Amino acid sequence: MIKTFKKGGVHPHENKISRNAALEQLIPEGIIRIFLSQHIGAPAECIVAKGDKIKTGQLIAKANGFVSANVHSSVSGTVLGIENIADYQGIKKPAICIQVEGDEWEESIDRSDEINRDLSKTSEDILAKITEAGLVGLGGATFPTHVKLTVPKGKTAKAIIINGAECEPYLTSDHRVMLEHGEELLIGVQLLKKAVNVDKAYIGIETNKQDAIDNLKKIAEKYSGIEIVSLKPKYPQGGEKQLIKSITGLEVPDRALPIETGCIVSNICTTFAVYEAVQKNKPLFENSVTITGKNLKAQKNFIVRVGTPLSQLINATGGMPENTGKIISGGPMMGRAISNLEAPTLKGSGAVLFIASDEARRGTKSNCIRCSKCVSACPMGLQPFLLYKLAELNMLEELKDNSVHACIECGCCLYTCPANLPLVDYIRLGKTRAMKHIVKPK
Amino acid sequence: MNKLIISPSPHVHGEFSTKRLMRDVIIALLPALLVSFYFFGLEAVKVVCVSVSSCVVFEYLIQRFLLETTPAIHDLSAIVTGLLLAFNLPSNLPCWIIVAGSLVAIGVGKMVFGGLGNNPFNPALVGRVFLLIARPVEMTTWPLPLTLVTPDATTGATPLAIIKEGLKNGLTIDEIKASSDYTFSYFETLYGQIGGSLGEISAIALLLGFGYLLVRKVITWHIPITIFLSVVIFSGTLHLINPDRFIDPVFHLLTGGMILGAVYMATDYVTSPMTHKGMIVFAAGIGIITILIRTFGSYPEGMSFAILFMNALVPLINKYMKPKLFGEIK
Repeated sequence: MIKTFKKGGVHPHENKISRNAALEQLIPEGIIRIFLSQHIGAPAECIVAKGDKIKTGQLIAKANGFVSANVHSSVSGTVLGIENIADYQGIKKPAICIQVEGDEWEESIDRSDEINRDLSKTSEDILAKITEAGLVGLGGATFPTHVKLTVPKGKTAKAIIINGAECEPYLTSDHRVMLEHGEELLIGVQLLKKAVNVDKAYIGIETNKQDAIDNLKKIAEKYSGIEIVSLKPKYPQGGEKQLIKSITGLEVPDRALPIETGCIVSNICTTFAVYEAVQKNKPLFENSVTITGKNLKAQKNFIVRVGTPLSQLINATGGMPENTGKIISGGPMMGRAISNLEAPTLKGSGAVLFIASDEARRGTKSNCIRCSKCVSACPMGLQPFLLYKLAELNMLEELKDNSVHACIECGCCLYTCPANLPLVDYIRLGKTRAMKHIVKPK
Repeated sequence: MNKLIISPSPHVHGEFSTKRLMRDVIIALLPALLVSFYFFGLEAVKVVCVSVSSCVVFEYLIQRFLLETTPAIHDLSAIVTGLLLAFNLPSNLPCWIIVAGSLVAIGVGKMVFGGLGNNPFNPALVGRVFLLIARPVEMTTWPLPLTLVTPDATTGATPLAIIKEGLKNGLTIDEIKASSDYTFSYFETLYGQIGGSLGEISAIALLLGFGYLLVRKVITWHIPITIFLSVVIFSGTLHLINPDRFIDPVFHLLTGGMILGAVYMATDYVTSPMTHKGMIVFAAGIGIITILIRTFGSYPEGMSFAILFMNALVPLINKYMKPKLFGEIK
């Protein structure tokens, strides 16, 4: 049976043009820069100094508190120091700069291709390995994985859900991992199940990746308690709340965390990283990244070392197309426009997308014709046209009364709007303002 | 190298635009338009041309010189209003009356509220009802389809008017159906060989357009189907209670402005509710009021008034019929 979530959602052109490009290693050259903040939470604390010789996979910055994550070197070479470096959006943040010299790995890392099927580790061991390896959610939010796997007191986890929806157009890196590293992925799922002590896991995959569904179903016969769920392609199916709804039929209550439903959601690449961290002793210093766009010479899926300058990724695909109008980090629905081509990649960089200039601009906005398409498209049951108007007028109390906090900023409203109104832009603004707004005593 | 564009997400846009939606409505109206040309001939062509062109011209002039904004007639909404107004008029209407109707539809119905998207009432219906009240004789003298015209009869009453008149004279439904005025069967009302306004006569042509609108996702089923259902249930109950006094629901569905109103006028985005729940309440109201007017009121036809009345309630419906929040805690 093919499942999906009921409320709202849209189905943009999939444009998965890089789906057949096998994963390729991309080794950086020259100088790479690794941000101390690769995750949500406190930035890590640097533990190397200028002139230090380091190896690939060596710890270079330690987690600073519980909601933080270790950072490891993605190359071997010499530390050049800490500098303030502009990120994709041009915002300067401290980063460790390393001169690349060869590619010498830490001895503790198992670099063999052999699959390690040993599942005897205890829950504590698994969590410790995950914490040590600096794992963060690779679906975009980069929330430290060990925090997510720590079930709050008084709550119980019942199932692990793996997000293989990859509902964003263009993106294919999860798809490739499911095809090329299916067994490792499923071992990762077993490790996650053990870590939070549940015996059920679901992997939700949209039917536009039937080959991945078939592949994982075949392998899953060997492992107990893993169910591969076919999902009808629909955006934003990969949203945590939508995915739980699609697979289990449960709704995460308003303002609550997903654990209320007993589900812990993890992403494909993260789960693969769990396998590598626990079974191969390999910290998170590289990730699969889709480089795509209709006008690129070659659309690729790379395994990219954290800190590689974006320009090296672009060169590896044959250079930036002439008529590029916009470059996006992530998918076209929720990704962010990039202004700085020299910026280094992060742990959470999942894709770089080139949009031609004729598709890069939004249409001219016109009057709202109250067609209610935004209301039908909103997966959270909000009224985007109303929130837009309220945000424009800065009516913060009314925004709160209309549940602006529930907006997941998926962009379905703007996508579907025939009048091209900047709905989600204003709602985002209104949400930020309303959340900060202190309620005056009446 | 080009400069890179920086903008917030999303970076892609769906297939809908106001212009595309309006164009689809126009396409959906074409079958009924052709039927009207076939049955009413050049007169119908004249009414449509005058109505559409005067709506577009008035919209342009008002936007350009009164509101001093950039005219937006390229969004095609004025053409839709013009077509719908024409569909609601008898084909022998003098040109000046059509022009006056267009002025009221665009000027009073739409522009005084701030143009497309801000009007509380359906502009074409505002124009039609204005004409119905101002020129009742011309507005209720319907020419017969060319195929029915005889040397002694060029105009005739609509099916609804025949029933109303008969009931007023104390006849039962069966007696009216047996009388010489009642010259049609349901088969004729299906394809349109009956007296009536330009665009309302052919049920099949209108339903063809309905199918197109559904396929193109211009409208959802909620409003039209709920109207049909509420009409069937309400008029069906009345018919069961007293078949001599109340005609059957099929007659109500196939005659007058029922399908035209339910599919093309009540579904007007601007003047209908924002949620599916609200649409159902709105549509049920239209169905019930239409039957109330048709069976108990003094007008034979009640669709226009019912839609306008429910239009007025839309803000209230929107206030109470909100979508259910994801994960809402009761």
